[in-house]
Amino acid sequence: MGPSDTVPVVHVVHSATVADNCLVRNDWVCPLYWQTRSDQLLEALREHLVLTLSALALGVLLALPLALVAHRLRRTRGPALGVTTVIYTIPSLALFFLLVPMLGLTAATVVTGLALYSLTILLRNVLAGLDAVDPEVREAAAGMGYGRLRMLWSVEAPLALPAAMAGLRVAAVSTVALATVGTVVGHGGLGDLISRGQRANFHAEVLTASALCVALAVVLDLLLLAVQRAATPWRRR
Amino acid sequence: MDWLAGVGEWFADPANWRGSGGVPVLLAQHLGFTAAAVGLACLVGLPLGLWLGHTGRGDVLAVQVANAGRAVPVYALLVVLVLALGRTPQVALLAFTAFAVPPVLTNTVLGVREVDRGVVEAARGTGMSGWQVLLRVELPLAAPLVVAGIRSAAVQVVATVSIAALVAFGGLGTIIVRATGGTGGLDLPEVVAGSLLVAALALLVDAAGALVARRADPLARSRRRGRRSIVTTS
Repeated sequence: MGPSDTVPVVHVVHSATVADNCLVRNDWVCPLYWQTRSDQLLEALREHLVLTLSALALGVLLALPLALVAHRLRRTRGPALGVTTVIYTIPSLALFFLLVPMLGLTAATVVTGLALYSLTILLRNVLAGLDAVDPEVREAAAGMGYGRLRMLWSVEAPLALPAAMAGLRVAAVSTVALATVGTVVGHGGLGDLISRGQRANFHAEVLTASALCVALAVVLDLLLLAVQRAATPWRRR
Repeated sequence: MDWLAGVGEWFADPANWRGSGGVPVLLAQHLGFTAAAVGLACLVGLPLGLWLGHTGRGDVLAVQVANAGRAVPVYALLVVLVLALGRTPQVALLAFTAFAVPPVLTNTVLGVREVDRGVVEAARGTGMSGWQVLLRVELPLAAPLVVAGIRSAAVQVVATVSIAALVAFGGLGTIIVRATGGTGGLDLPEVVAGSLLVAALALLVDAAGALVARRADPLARSRRRGRRSIVTTS
């Protein structure tokens, strides 16, 4: 048997043992990957969603009282906006690792960092919403005998809600995008798949995780828009 | 609090300031990428934004570009680009520029659109051509917002370049990334030192942008001039 005959023989053996599919070809779009790793993808998506929602909840929890204080006490306004803006300017990679000495390589580090970013967006928007309440409306409510708390709950809060919700939507979208960087401390949700896919040069894994990330941001944005519409029926014509 | 003393030692160690992995070289890479990306973004975003704003066609587009820019995960796009096009400085610059264009474009469009229509009509009434209106009236009055856009683009690119260290594009983020990947696990002092450097750079770039922004507002400038002339005549 001459050397020229061996080539097709090897080829036949090769194609018999290694199937020719999109995983082997390292295609960017690979349905076989979605089928075989759907559990991993769903788990990463779930972690991404938990990170995002925890961070947003913490951000809202911090932003609302801070905004109320900054709105009532004018003197606290400058410092509150200043400090949160400084935090917002710090790149995520640095902010996460500045939290690591306190919180360690945990999901708490990622959630806290993301919450601090959303805090800045929410504080600005809630303040803008409260500022935009017409002073005459306030006076009318005061004239009708509304106390501070009732004024806040049934006059100021509803009128500031659209601006606050707009802030929440921006915060949600950017939190979903930034959570991927959490992979540097080992908790990045879909970001963990992206970094693993990068190291393994696994195209389908990287593109699928990236696309899921964008899709999650879009879905969350639309859901919040629906909530906003439902919560402010008086704005609909 | 051992790590805190370690951070001090890290900054004091001359080895961290020398060579290709030293702070000066990484800082130069970081600033080089940032300046190039912001420059390219201005080259694309300014003319396009001025045209869209001047013709009044870009309002919706400007907002959509800004929203889309926020939804794109920086890290994900960097990895996709590197795997698709290779790990070259050109690819890095392309990615950084892509992230710098939205703030420049959006703010330029909105800046031109927010110029008082009465002022623009008055300028046309004095016989100015479209170009003259754009360059002598709309651009100077839009300048504060335009500069604000360039400023946030610069801050955004500083952050993006630091993330790009994860795909080995250099810059100050390299200090953080190498401190996490060592055989001895996480090097806490080095990781904190690197984070402080990245944070300081972002804050400095932002502060520099604020300085430029103050100089770019023609109304504030004329107010300053007015004050000065009062002082000299009295």
